[in-house]
Amino acid sequence: MTDPATATATEIAAAVCAGRLTARESVDAALARIAAIGPRVNAFTDVTAERARRNADRLDAALARGEPAGPLAGVPFAVKNLIDVAGLPTRAGSLINRENPPAEQDATLVRRLEAAGAILVGALNMGEYAYDFTGENVHDGNSHNPHALGHMTGGSSGGSGAAVAAGLVPIALGSDTNGSIRVPSALCGLFGLKPTYGRLSRAGSFPFVGSLDHLGPMARGVSDLALSYDAMQGEDPDDPVQAPRPVEPVAQDLDLGTDDLRIAVAGGHFARHGDADCFAAVARVARALGAERRVEFPEAARARAAAYVISATEGASLHLERLRARPQDFDPATRDRLLAGAMIPAAWVTRAQRFRRWYREQVLALFESVDVILAPATPCRAPREGQATFVLDGATLPVRANLGVFTQPISFVGLPVAAVPVWLDDGLPLGVQVIAPPWREDLALRVARRLEREGVAKAPVAAL
Amino acid sequence: MPADPPPFDPAAYVDAAAALLGLEVRPEWREGVVANLQATAAAARLMLEFPLPDELDAAPVFRA
Repeated sequence: MTDPATATATEIAAAVCAGRLTARESVDAALARIAAIGPRVNAFTDVTAERARRNADRLDAALARGEPAGPLAGVPFAVKNLIDVAGLPTRAGSLINRENPPAEQDATLVRRLEAAGAILVGALNMGEYAYDFTGENVHDGNSHNPHALGHMTGGSSGGSGAAVAAGLVPIALGSDTNGSIRVPSALCGLFGLKPTYGRLSRAGSFPFVGSLDHLGPMARGVSDLALSYDAMQGEDPDDPVQAPRPVEPVAQDLDLGTDDLRIAVAGGHFARHGDADCFAAVARVARALGAERRVEFPEAARARAAAYVISATEGASLHLERLRARPQDFDPATRDRLLAGAMIPAAWVTRAQRFRRWYREQVLALFESVDVILAPATPCRAPREGQATFVLDGATLPVRANLGVFTQPISFVGLPVAAVPVWLDDGLPLGVQVIAPPWREDLALRVARRLEREGVAKAPVAAL
Repeated sequence: MPADPPPFDPAAYVDAAAALLGLEVRPEWREGVVANLQATAAAARLMLEFPLPDELDAAPVFRA
């Protein structure tokens, strides 16, 4: 194994399982790297060093007694700070919520990862209340892109992107309502998995838009995504929105190949609204997979619009009392949108939810003739921090709202997506969405795995 | 055919709605709030102009 501080989860777990590395050594290496490099990318808002060392020692003692090692034995991980960590206030990127009492217990997904042997080392920076595509935060400072420090990580899971790309942890959890796992995965050059809506428990996470919120992992390898995703599956009575699905593990099927899959490229909305680089990244992936067909998500622009209306309204409704009592304590970038969202007529929202039903039927029909669809993850590479506008398809548009132009119409119907990182040249990476039908995370990950094996997609640790 | 609704005036709407909802919109925030509501109205128009059957249920599933 290479340096345990920057190894993948799969490598660390194998080394711990074989007795070549202790959990304590793994955790100490991660904590040392977080201390040395973490401040440069501003990924962590809390480091749970004492807890991590305690859990590592406990795991090492259990292994010494001959107890079986879990699939993530000794793997350090961290979570976006809207996910509950016992003893920490769940700040959700906000000033207001950090005044809340500390969480009494860990979120379900944290408990499941730790039950598989992983070890939590901290909580990660994020855009306020997850209403963000940039990774910028006025309260905690921006997270910085490890591959070019003056550039955005993307958001809202910006600290998650920064932590994994900087090699501080091999796995981080993020949330994705409209693109908040896929956008930072793309801009930071990582693999990310947004599972099907309703697949993983959201219990113990601070919501943004209940109709659209998902949780999922980000990593530097497809095996790491699969191992962590498998460990997090399973019914949770504490999440009433979770769909009743059996555990459907994917890790054992990653190398089945893609010869039996009908793979197409998304046209229409997904072939406009971006710069040449993002389409070149899709073309490279399509060529590697032999995907020549084009399909169209019908009315994708309207789907994006509907997601926008639902997000603004549900988000504002969630924060209405805080907006009344303490509007000055919001991040200005979030406040304007939430105030406007609080005023949206009910008829617009109901229409958006009814449109969602219509769009779902069309998208499911699309998947009768195709198994996997490719689309860009972001319209361009990472903008500079603070950059307010960019030019896409000849139009000058606000960065903040438009980084999600390609992710929003997909999460709107809850489709599982693996974001894969593509490097066209020596510059910053781009991401491609590998989109599968509902409940077929396995297909998206099989495609991602093939791209990784063939060197088309990769997620190196940033040179810092 | 009913007449089209009057053109949407986001600034007037923000002022009226803020008062009704008890939300403070400071003068320095107003431009941003109005711009956001205008963008939302444009998004809503995309959906409102798209015909849907009356029988189509909304998407969220409540399970009793």
